[in-house]
Amino acid sequence: MSNTYKDLVAAMVRTGILGYGGGPSVMPLFRHEAVNRYHWMEDDEFGEVLALANALPGPIATKIAGYLGYRTKGSIGAAVAIIAHILPTCLAMIALASLISVLKSSPVVEGMIAAVLPVIAVMLGQMAYKFGSKAVKGLGWVFGFATFIIAFVLLQVIPVHPAIVIILFLAYGTVHYKLKNKINKHHDRDREAI
Amino acid sequence: MMSLISVFLGFFVANILGYGGGPSSIPLMYQEVVTHYHWLTNIDFSNMLALGNALPGPISTKIAAYVGYNVSGIFGAIIAVIATIAPSSIALILLLKILQKHRQSSVVKGMTLLVQPVIAIMMLVLTWQMGRDSIHSLGPIQAIVIAAISFLAMIKLKIHPAIVIIIAFIYGGLVVPHLHI
Repeated sequence: MSNTYKDLVAAMVRTGILGYGGGPSVMPLFRHEAVNRYHWMEDDEFGEVLALANALPGPIATKIAGYLGYRTKGSIGAAVAIIAHILPTCLAMIALASLISVLKSSPVVEGMIAAVLPVIAVMLGQMAYKFGSKAVKGLGWVFGFATFIIAFVLLQVIPVHPAIVIILFLAYGTVHYKLKNKINKHHDRDREAI
Repeated sequence: MMSLISVFLGFFVANILGYGGGPSSIPLMYQEVVTHYHWLTNIDFSNMLALGNALPGPISTKIAAYVGYNVSGIFGAIIAVIATIAPSSIALILLLKILQKHRQSSVVKGMTLLVQPVIAIMMLVLTWQMGRDSIHSLGPIQAIVIAAISFLAMIKLKIHPAIVIIIAFIYGGLVVPHLHI
């Protein structure tokens, strides 16, 4: 097994520049590099790490890159892997976005910026729908919509800082399944009584 | 110096609260970048999202790099990216053994689930703001037609968002300037 830095950097640059659509869409590419191409780990281990990484906050791609680097080459490997994964696209982003900022007053660029706004609105709407349907799937229709209304009132009507809203929801999340089990048990007992 | 500390704090907060990968942090980053620190306007932010989505790679690090660079140059970009990724990457490596036991725990699952409705609402508010701005800059007819076409293209026909964004850029560059005259 050749765990060289060259392999690590090559794998991370590839996954960094071939993945479209943000971190979560790149996971199959990471799996391919780590399991099929370089045999750094078995498929099971990759699945485990992915599940763990999802339980933590923050961007997913860099967590996985950091772990793969750490697994093959220790702490320095983690740093190298993350840098290789994000540097090319970060530089491209700064260069392109700066170019557009400079040319902002040109009518062509102005038109480009205006025309892309509705597309971004649709993309954001689609993401809102995805997050919303995850919530409804996990919480049920009634409770899911109750959380939407509570979140909306807290965020937009009062308004409370989003960090505080998220921390409140996280705090309830820690006991959510316990409460649900208790309620279900009550129901079962009631049914048995009947 | 103060701006570097703000950059660090802004991106640290936005990403440590986003569960479910980079996209879930977008409304949180919007809150810090546009609403709280006024580093970018609403339209700048949308513009950056368009570019970020047209380019490959993780979305939150691209946003961090660009905003950090805008606020305080290369140094700002580095600080913003570190604030975005370091806490969660270090946590994953450190907690791997501890978390292995708790992965199936109902506490972790419950937390991940309960963040979803908040992110959904924040995303919805962002959608509304972008929609309002696009009607403002294109007029209702053009904005709604472009939105409808991109909805069909991305969601019904499953055309890749990067392609839709590039087509919108081309249309905007070639057609929109002449309509305004």
